[in-house]
Amino acid sequence: MALKHKSIPDVATVKEELLKKYPTKVARKRAKQIVINDVKDGDVVPEVQANVRTTPGIITMRGCTYAGCKGVILGPTRDIVNITHGPIGCGFYSWLTRRNQTKAPLESSENFMPYAFSTDMQDEDIIFGGEKKLIAAIQEAYDTFHPKAIAIFATCPVGLIGDDIHAVARKMKEKLGINIFAFSCEGYKGVSQSAGHHIANNQIFTHVVGEDDTPKLGEYKINMLGEYNIGGDAFELERVLEKCGITLVSTFSGNSTYEHFATAHQADLNAVMCHRSINYVAEMMETKYGIPWIKVNFIGAESSAKSLRKIAQYFGDKKLIDRVEEVIAEEMPAVHAALEDVKPFTEGKTAMLFVGGSRAHHYQDLFTEMGMKTIAAGYEFAHRDDYEGRKVMPSIKVDADSRNIEEIEVAPDATRFVPRKSDEDLKRLAEEGFTFKDYEGMMPQMESDTLVIDDLNQYEADKLIELLKPDVFCAGIKEKFSVQKMGVPMKQLHSYDYGGPYAGFRGAVNFYTEIKRLVTSKVWNDLKAPWEENPELSATYVWE
Amino acid sequence: MRKVAIYGKGGIGKSTTTQNTVAGLAEALGRKVMVVGCDPKADSTRLLLGGLAQKSVLDTLRDEGEDVELDDIRKPGYSTTLCVESGGPEPGVGCAGRGIITSINMLESLGAYEEDQKLDYVFYDVLGDVVCGGFAMPIRDGKAEEIYIVCSGEMMAMYAANNICKGIMKYAESGAVRLGGLICNSRNVDNEKEMIEELARKIGTQMIYFVPRDNQVQRAEIHRQTVIEFSPEHGQAQHYRNLAKAIDENQMFVVPKPLQIAELEKLLMDYGLFEA
Repeated sequence: MALKHKSIPDVATVKEELLKKYPTKVARKRAKQIVINDVKDGDVVPEVQANVRTTPGIITMRGCTYAGCKGVILGPTRDIVNITHGPIGCGFYSWLTRRNQTKAPLESSENFMPYAFSTDMQDEDIIFGGEKKLIAAIQEAYDTFHPKAIAIFATCPVGLIGDDIHAVARKMKEKLGINIFAFSCEGYKGVSQSAGHHIANNQIFTHVVGEDDTPKLGEYKINMLGEYNIGGDAFELERVLEKCGITLVSTFSGNSTYEHFATAHQADLNAVMCHRSINYVAEMMETKYGIPWIKVNFIGAESSAKSLRKIAQYFGDKKLIDRVEEVIAEEMPAVHAALEDVKPFTEGKTAMLFVGGSRAHHYQDLFTEMGMKTIAAGYEFAHRDDYEGRKVMPSIKVDADSRNIEEIEVAPDATRFVPRKSDEDLKRLAEEGFTFKDYEGMMPQMESDTLVIDDLNQYEADKLIELLKPDVFCAGIKEKFSVQKMGVPMKQLHSYDYGGPYAGFRGAVNFYTEIKRLVTSKVWNDLKAPWEENPELSATYVWE
Repeated sequence: MRKVAIYGKGGIGKSTTTQNTVAGLAEALGRKVMVVGCDPKADSTRLLLGGLAQKSVLDTLRDEGEDVELDDIRKPGYSTTLCVESGGPEPGVGCAGRGIITSINMLESLGAYEEDQKLDYVFYDVLGDVVCGGFAMPIRDGKAEEIYIVCSGEMMAMYAANNICKGIMKYAESGAVRLGGLICNSRNVDNEKEMIEELARKIGTQMIYFVPRDNQVQRAEIHRQTVIEFSPEHGQAQHYRNLAKAIDENQMFVVPKPLQIAELEKLLMDYGLFEA
C-alpha cells in the first residue's frame, strides 16, 4: 500500500483557499460561516453564522422544509398514515424504508412504513385546486387501513395554490372520528430542513401529545427525544434502557407509534439526543406538563455511559444508580476488546464530519474513542446554539426566515402540570453539578485550530479533501460518490450506508469495526484506471 | 398572422372592447380572427358566441383526458371569428395562471396557430393586471407580439396601464413583444383624451383610439351581441370599426418606458386639476 504523502497546510491557509474562488460579497458571507475554532476558558468559542439562507448558485448539502418535517420527524412513526399532498416525487423520495427502521410487535400490528402515500397531484389539480383529491385520499386510506391517525404534509405547490389542508384535516377528523392533522411544511418555507422540524414539533405537540391519559406503568419513566432509529439505533437504546430498568414511554420518533406520542406527557424526564430537531417539543412539554429535559448523547460508548449515569442521577434512586453501573460494567468489556482490535489501525487518523444538526458533534465522540481526530466539522441545518452552546441563545438574531415559522404559546396544563422535582431535589442536583436544559454545543468539545463550517457545499467539500486529505469523510448520500471519486472513504451518517446500529455500546463496536474497514481498505489505491498509468496510445498536440 | 393581447385594469371593458374590435375586423375588413379568453370566468367570447354555451379548454381537458380535438374547444362565432375560452378554477381555489399556461400549450399542440388555419389574427383577452407568471403567459415566448392596453382617464386605470407596461418591458427585452398603443375606453373624465394622449406620449406609444362612452354598448350586451351585430348602423358601431381599422393599419410598435409613480401622479395633477 502506497503511503499517502501528507503535506497539510495550516487552517488559516485552508480558509483562505476556500474563500478565494468566491465573489467578494459571497466570500464575506462565507467567511462568517467558515470559522477556525478557538476554545478559551473551556467553553468560549468564536461566533459562527448559521441558519441563514444559502447563496443561490451554491450547491448546498441542505434539504428542504418538507424533508425536515415529513422525512425526519414524522417519517419513523409506523402507525400514522403520512399522506404527502403534492406531486409524486416528494412522497416517493421521502419514503424512508432504507433509513429508519421499525419493529412492530406482532405480524398483525399496524405498520405503514412499507407504504408511500401521496395524492399524486397533476396539472389539473394545480389549476382547479387539490382539496377534493386530498379528501378522497384520506377517505381511501381510512377505508383501506382504518388507522388511528392520519397526517397530511404540504409540498411546495400546495402553498402556492392555497389548498386549505388544515380545514380538510378538521373536516375529515370530524367525519371519520380519528385524529387527523396537517403540516404546512412547504419545501421553500425556511432556510433548511430545520424549519420543517419546528413545524413538525408544533403540530405533534398541539394535536397528539397528551391525547391519551391511559396510565403508563413502570419505574423511571423517560422519553427519548430526537432519536430517529437510523440503522436500528433505537433498538440498541431500547435494549440498554430496558436492561437498566428504565421505562421508555416514547421515542420521538425512532420505532415509535401514535400511542407513544399521545402518552408522552406521563414521562418524568425528557432525554434529548438531537437538540436541533426536537428541543421545541422538550421546551413545550416542560412548560405544559412540568417534565424537565436534559441533553444526552448515546453515540459513543463513553458518552452512552455518561448519559445513563446522568439519567440515574436525575432520578437519584440508589437502586437505579447501582443498576446502571452494573450494566455499564457488563457492556464495556466488549467495547474495550473491539477498541483494542481497531486502535492500531485508526489511531492518529483524521475525520471530517458534515452532517445533520447534532451528528457532526455526536460522532466525534466515537472517533475520539478510536484515537482519531476530527479536523473539520459542520452542520447542514443547525443554529448557532448547536455550535456554540445554548448560552448564546439570547444573542441569536431572529430574522424574517425564523419569524415565518409559527411560535406556539404554551401554558401549564390546568390538571396535568406536575413539577417532577421538589425544590430540595433541584437544589441537591444543582450542588452535584447537574444541569437541566443545557447543551454546550459542538465547538467547545472540538480542538482549537480545527475548522468549523456551516452549510458546507460541494465546492468547499472537494477543496477541503484536496487540501486536508482526511482518512474518512462523513456526510450524506448527495456527497457520497464525489468524495469516493477523490479516493477518500466515505461514510453516510444519514442512512449509515444500510449498516448500523451505531448508538449505544453494541453500536459503538459496530462503528469501530466499520471505520477500521474503511480506513484500511486498499481499494482506493486502485482508483487510477490502467490507461491513466500506462496509456495504450500516447501523443502530443502539434503546438506542444 | 398577427398575435395581439389585450390587457387593462379589471372592469375597464377589455372583453367588450376586444369583442367589438374583433367583430369590426371580421365584418368591415373580412379578417379571420381567433379570440382566446384568458379569464377563469370564461366570459370573454360571450358577445361573439351569443351566450356562454361553450366548454372551456380546461373543462374539456378534465372531462376528455388527453383525447381532445380542436373542434371540441374552439367554436365559430360572429362572422369570421373563432372563439376559445381557457377557463379555470372556481374563485378562491387552485391556480388560474397555471390554467392559462396549460390551455395555451394545449392550443399549440392541437395546431390552432398553424398556417393551415389561415388566421389573420389571434386575440388574447387577459384578466386584469399582469399579477403573476401565468397571466404573463400570452406575452412570453412570443405568444402575443402586439399588446394594446385598455384604459381610461381614471387614476387606477392609468396606474394599471403603467404597471402592465413594466411587464411588457421585461419580456420585450428577451422577445418580440411590443406595445401597440393605448385604447381609451372613455369614462367621461375631464380632459380624458388629452390626458391619455399625454400618458401614451410619455410611455413612448400612442393613443390608438378614443372610444366614447355610449349606452348602446350595454343595450347590445343585454342581447348578448356586439354593437356591430346588434346595431350596425349605430354611431358606436362605427367607432369600433374605426378602432379595428386603426389596429389593422398600425405600424407603431414600441418597447414601453413606464413612468415613475411621481411622474404619473404629476400627470394626473396637471390634467385632473385643469379646468375644462
